[in-house]
Amino acid sequence: MASRDDIKFLSNPKIGQKRRKYCRFRKFGIKHIDYKDPDFLLQFVNEQGKILPRRITGNSLKYQRKVATAIKRARHLAMMPYVADLLK
Amino acid sequence: MRQFEVTFIVDPVLPKDEVQGIANKYLDFLKQNQCPIVHVDEMGLRQLAYPINKRNSGVYYCIEFQSETGNMIGDLELTMKRDERLLRFLTIKLDKYGVKYNEDKRAGKIGKKKPVMSKRAVVEAPPAPTEVVVEKPAPVPEPTPEPVVASAPAPVEAPVAAADDLKKVEGIGPKIEELLNNAGISTFAALAATDADRVREILAEAGSRFTMHDPTTWAQQAQLAADGNWDALKTLQGELQGGRVENASSEEE
Repeated sequence: MASRDDIKFLSNPKIGQKRRKYCRFRKFGIKHIDYKDPDFLLQFVNEQGKILPRRITGNSLKYQRKVATAIKRARHLAMMPYVADLLK
Repeated sequence: MRQFEVTFIVDPVLPKDEVQGIANKYLDFLKQNQCPIVHVDEMGLRQLAYPINKRNSGVYYCIEFQSETGNMIGDLELTMKRDERLLRFLTIKLDKYGVKYNEDKRAGKIGKKKPVMSKRAVVEAPPAPTEVVVEKPAPVPEPTPEPVVASAPAPVEAPVAAADDLKKVEGIGPKIEELLNNAGISTFAALAATDADRVREILAEAGSRFTMHDPTTWAQQAQLAADGNWDALKTLQGELQGGRVENASSEEE
């Protein structure tokens, strides 16, 4: 019976596994999201300026909502567009 | 003591002292209502993400203040709403994390890149449209070579550095910039002072492949850049295609 060490693969067996997705706010302890910082908020918005869904960004529900309100405030203050093209 | 934050945008076409006057007016209003003012942040002239009242830029102010009850906020907002010189305003109540965030930000603890870099970025911060025709309605100035985050976008200032980034003029790329620098033109003001024929001479001396470039509008663009009038420059460049004036320019995209 071949022991575990004898079994070799041509490619890394871990290659298909899912990357752990985590909420960056909970992980790094960020509690407040500033609406006056459009550079940071651009991470959560797609090229058309639309807010990205939680399943893409990996945010927890609480922080996804905070991000969304921050983006909406930034849009009101014309720091981010409502509709855009080739934003990034 | 509850802490609030009000951000408002002032019309940019007003003279500078009047803009200051408006900000002071609201500061006085707050002081009259016995609200200790924590911080006033003049974020300066910024490009808007979309035009408001036909304007493309505005002067941003952010005032952080404390209040016992907060019932004067209604009056404050009413005054702002009636003031025709304000384009937008937004009042927010800050929770304890927000207060802490603002304090840390003022102390410089927040900011992923080195704070020293952000000072230098002020010089190059004005939004630089790409040389391709597509006009991005980007709300943020294009990232400078030194990535700077968190610090509020720098106010638009005409670069005081010895050499200007001539590539901001549509039609000038790195090769042509080098040519101009060798000929002694390294600032926007110098380029604005040079007339188109002289520039054509410089291009012709460099070689026949440069003569296809049309420097007619460069002086005009450089003048706007030297004044720091990035707004008008961007509008002008929207009309130009590759630095040449087109009659039926396709502004679509």
